[in-house]
Amino acid sequence: MDISIANLKVGEHGVIREVSLKNIPLTLLEMGCLPGAEVELIQIAPLKDPLYIRVNGSHLAIRKETASKILITKQ
Amino acid sequence: MSNNKPIKVALIGNPNTGKTSLFNQLTGLNQKVGNYPGVTVDKKIGVSQLSKNVVASIIDLPGTYSINPTSLDENIVLKTLLHTDHEDFPDVIVVVADIENIKRNLLLFSQIKDLQIPTILALNMADQMDKKGIKIDIALLKKELKSEVVLISARKKQGIESLKKAIANYKKSNIEALANISERIDAAYFKSVKQKFPDFPLYKSWLYITQVEDFADLSDVQKSKIKECKKDKEKIKKYQHKETIYRYQQINNILTKTYHIDRSKGTDLRAKLDKVLTHKIWGYVIFALILIVIFQSIFDWASAPMDWIDEFFANLGAKVKELLPAGKLTSLLAEGIIPGISGIVIFIPQIAILFLFVAVLEETGYMSRVVFLMDKIMRRFGMSGKSVVPLISGTACAIPAIMAARNISGWKERLITILVVPFTTCSARLPVYAIIIALIIPQKRVLGIFGLQGLTLLALYFIGFASSLLAGYILNRVLKVKGSSFFVIEMPNYKLPSVKNIFFTVVEKTKAFVFGAGKIILAISIILWFLVSHGPKKFDDAEIGFKSKVEKVSLDPEEYNAQFASYKLEQSYIGVMGKAIEPVIKPLGYDWKIGIALIASFAAREVFVGTLATIYSVGNDDENNSTIKQRMAAEINPETGKPLFNFPVGMSLLIFYAFAMQCVSTLAIVKRETNSWKWPLLQLFGMGVLAYVAALLTYTILV
Repeated sequence: MDISIANLKVGEHGVIREVSLKNIPLTLLEMGCLPGAEVELIQIAPLKDPLYIRVNGSHLAIRKETASKILITKQ
Repeated sequence: MSNNKPIKVALIGNPNTGKTSLFNQLTGLNQKVGNYPGVTVDKKIGVSQLSKNVVASIIDLPGTYSINPTSLDENIVLKTLLHTDHEDFPDVIVVVADIENIKRNLLLFSQIKDLQIPTILALNMADQMDKKGIKIDIALLKKELKSEVVLISARKKQGIESLKKAIANYKKSNIEALANISERIDAAYFKSVKQKFPDFPLYKSWLYITQVEDFADLSDVQKSKIKECKKDKEKIKKYQHKETIYRYQQINNILTKTYHIDRSKGTDLRAKLDKVLTHKIWGYVIFALILIVIFQSIFDWASAPMDWIDEFFANLGAKVKELLPAGKLTSLLAEGIIPGISGIVIFIPQIAILFLFVAVLEETGYMSRVVFLMDKIMRRFGMSGKSVVPLISGTACAIPAIMAARNISGWKERLITILVVPFTTCSARLPVYAIIIALIIPQKRVLGIFGLQGLTLLALYFIGFASSLLAGYILNRVLKVKGSSFFVIEMPNYKLPSVKNIFFTVVEKTKAFVFGAGKIILAISIILWFLVSHGPKKFDDAEIGFKSKVEKVSLDPEEYNAQFASYKLEQSYIGVMGKAIEPVIKPLGYDWKIGIALIASFAAREVFVGTLATIYSVGNDDENNSTIKQRMAAEINPETGKPLFNFPVGMSLLIFYAFAMQCVSTLAIVKRETNSWKWPLLQLFGMGVLAYVAALLTYTILV
């Protein structure tokens, strides 16, 4: 099953498996969302969006829509 | 000082790395803010004395995560580094990196280094190394990065001297590229690129190829070659991703050898604060409280200095009139230029206080949490969480607010933010609101504590915010604008704000307002002065006309002068204009005199009060609100025989001012930021029609 960052629960970890070239801007890669990087879901905003994640040492907030395009393997 | 030319240094770094602190440390008060040609991005340049006879000119480039720009500000970094004959092209680059998040910071370093310009890495916040359990093998890191590496703490002023020394010795730098992109991605392809541009470092040609924008500084031959290379968009995108992954791999390898962090030592302050500040209830409560404190302070702290400024310029104008011989020039100075400057300076206290708060919230890292909390809500109105800062700033002045919208990366979200910001109640509306409220709302108290007048003002603020959101909601449905709405924001560590940084930020932003909007306000004030003090033939014969009119009444000299001024105004160009628009504004309950004030308000809304003061012949210069108020209250509508400024007219005016786009400076800024006349014109007419209809309804219902 394809799971993405958007499927994580708060506190759960995963490893990024694939970042789609088509719908993820380069910026996100440059900020650390790379294949092989460990990602942790730190918090979800009160209205269920955006998501607050830690990846490659960076703390970022991204929208659910973007998160659902970053596929991961759950740990 | 020596005769040597100063070394040109560019400071580059991720946001929140303390780059600005370092800039302030290096340059102190020797800094100035300019503009890049063609864009309104602030350019900060300062001078630093490196040693007894070496001077550096330091430019603080906008913070960026990558050399590939995602905003106008970030574009400056790329442009400055690509154009070797750019006046700001650096001799040496200092990349400022946060020691805690070194990996991502090194990505930018790795890109910069590949441009083969001398580059120094300044690892900031080195004083925190022990606390955070960080160990670095600097000697090895220098070798691996093929660059000078300096540990600094900009806040604690540590390592600044070593950094200065490294800058002074920049000529000894190794300018070899760090990442060998060609070998790792597609050797044949990059070989052909290299052949096409033999004079450029490979990475520079690659940047020219990967950017959407075309660059003007190249020769025609080069341009056509770039155009050729740009065709295969798929490939470029793929290689850019590969490049980023490769750079991270290389950085990881280097850091494994040189950098060690003991995670157990890190404090969990971030987690604790986040829990409260982004809590589903407390998060919003705290944000609301902060907003209340901000607005309260803008009123309380700014009122005294605003009174002083008002008084100072009124006195100055009077003095000038008294001391200089009467004539056109004196009149221009005392009635055009001085009030014009006063109209700019009067806003400085409120704007500075607002920026003080915004700067503190940004420096501490709290603002990112607000963005996180508000994003989903704001999206319903076609905006982004990042639109919160512009909307708050809009309560001081729309101009800096619109400029603050640059951080919003989605074009549609940014455009909507720019379009709706002028609905928020800016400080120029306050004097108008204040006098009309004082005139038509009784000084009663509701429920014992709330003043009715205060509540009315609050309601007007609410109308401002509500209409900006509503407009956003509608624009979001109506506007067909292309462009993705990609959103990412860093959640930085919490930290105590630095007084020095905040001071410089406030000064810089206030200056940008004074010189940006100021020029236009001043120019329009002068035009207004001309329209008020000149007129068709009847204006020149005003004295004779007036004398024959008042022949039969006996007036004391003061009353005579006041009424004469009013009579003259009626005959002036602006009087003629006011009369011309009277039929249009009559349904709103206004007469030609209010018409004059409406026209004058297009310079800046607060001119309304001053213009009314003249119209209602409060002739002398030491006018205060109560006398204007009395005059306005005494004004009789000739048709009904009752006071002109009754409740319906007052309400109609309040509503008109709440909605109308009466600010030329804002229109000019919107034109610059959107690069088109379409959007400011949409604002002018859209908001104008809305204001007219709303005021018409208000008046019709109430009368």
